[in-house]
Amino acid sequence: MEKLINEFSIGLFFWQLILFIGLVLLLTKFAWKPILDAVEKRESGIEDALKSAEKAKLEMENLQADNQKLLKEARAERENMLKEAREMKNKMIEDAKGEAQSQANKMIEQAQAAIQSEKKAAIAELKSQVANLSIDIAEKVVRGELSNKNKQLELVETMLGEKSIN
Amino acid sequence: MLKEFLLKHFLLLSILSSFTVVAQEELRNLDSGHEGDEDVKTEIKEYINHHLLDSHDFSLTSYTTESGEHKYVGFPLPVILWDNGLKVFSSSKFHHGETVAEHNGNFYAMHHNKIYKTDASGTINLDGHDHALNEKPLDFSITKNVFTIFIIGLLMFFMFSRMAKTYKTSALPKGVGRALEPIILYIRDDIAIPNIGKKKYKRYMPYLLTVFFFIWIINLLGLTPLGINVTNNIAVTLALALITYFLTTFTANKNYWGHIFWMPGVPIPMRIILAPIELLGTLIKPFSLMIRLYANITAGHIVLMSIIGLMFIFKNWLGSSLSFGLAFALSLLELLVAALQAYIFTMLSALYFGSAVEDHHHDDH
Repeated sequence: MEKLINEFSIGLFFWQLILFIGLVLLLTKFAWKPILDAVEKRESGIEDALKSAEKAKLEMENLQADNQKLLKEARAERENMLKEAREMKNKMIEDAKGEAQSQANKMIEQAQAAIQSEKKAAIAELKSQVANLSIDIAEKVVRGELSNKNKQLELVETMLGEKSIN
Repeated sequence: MLKEFLLKHFLLLSILSSFTVVAQEELRNLDSGHEGDEDVKTEIKEYINHHLLDSHDFSLTSYTTESGEHKYVGFPLPVILWDNGLKVFSSSKFHHGETVAEHNGNFYAMHHNKIYKTDASGTINLDGHDHALNEKPLDFSITKNVFTIFIIGLLMFFMFSRMAKTYKTSALPKGVGRALEPIILYIRDDIAIPNIGKKKYKRYMPYLLTVFFFIWIINLLGLTPLGINVTNNIAVTLALALITYFLTTFTANKNYWGHIFWMPGVPIPMRIILAPIELLGTLIKPFSLMIRLYANITAGHIVLMSIIGLMFIFKNWLGSSLSFGLAFALSLLELLVAALQAYIFTMLSALYFGSAVEDHHHDDH
């Protein structure tokens, strides 16, 4: 111990303290800080990259699941739409058919009514013409009968005779 | 791949073995100057002691010329003294402690690598225990260790700030960063976060990282043949431990102080007894940090150098090669210890910080 104290050099102690503190300060500024920062930055960069890769993988999976779901939905939608279209078509045909039928019926009815009325008119005309004709004939016949005096008398007689019978 | 591996390991092995070889060389030089086993033993002991001490000049090696003159390979460093004013001069004036240095009319001499004030003839008054009684000026010299820590500081600054720059152009590290980033991440994920907690670890990271790399690099440098050993100076480890202590003390929350002065969940008399013990504990923790690092590195160096020294005591091929093998194996172990001590210091610092900022989460003490 005495030897140690004897050998102790204040100068060396002093210089060592000065140098070492200076060295720590200088190295902190010019070496340790940049080195540790760079290393940390690199490490966090690697970590971030790994994390984002993991995230991307998860997202990809999600996306795929979503796609699958969308596809399924789209397929169902298409199926639905087709079904509806088919139904609509059927209904429209049905409707059109009904409409046409009723229209046709109506037209037939109208036609029949028209025919009927035409027929009546025709019959009425016929009747009047027949009446006229028979009057004309009767006139002519009467005229012929009454062309001489005898005959007129004869007729009157017959007619009177008839009357008297009645 | 294999080539790279071999090259890398060859480099490592050559550094390790060169340390052994250089030490061997120096000891042989010592050896050649003296005769007799006792002399060799004292020389080795002195050499080891010398190696463990700081010095005022940066000498890589020394040798003795034919004429018996000591030659040093290295360069002098500035001496800075506070002795009624700042005194700055080159350490070459001491001639490796052999002569008296004169500066502005003041005379200084070295005794056991410490600078004392003296007169023109360099008299050092000693007490009975080989301790100098002369006046001792405050010594702020740039010694070999101070010089080394400044070099390490510069090296670390350039290395890590360059590494930080590479992140500006790419998210991945480049060059030296590829090797250093796993260590930085290890300190963050396995030392700071488990001990301090995710919320508060950030503000301690600069200190933990700096202290780990500083201790590790400086320990490794101690294993090279440069003959540098910084962490076996108690002053260095004290400075580091003190920073840990102050960081712990000044960032501590109410809960931490509550546990020290008024331990919850124990009877009141016990609380009074526990308070000083707990308070002492806060000092013992950094103290143990200081001693652990100092003792481990010092012991490693002493054992390693002693085993190398053994070669010159055996002086035969079997003993010498055995101790070479042992020294080599021990160097490998020291390589592990260098990293382990840095890890332990960082780990325990983080643990203390963690206890200082721990939130109160258990009511049932």
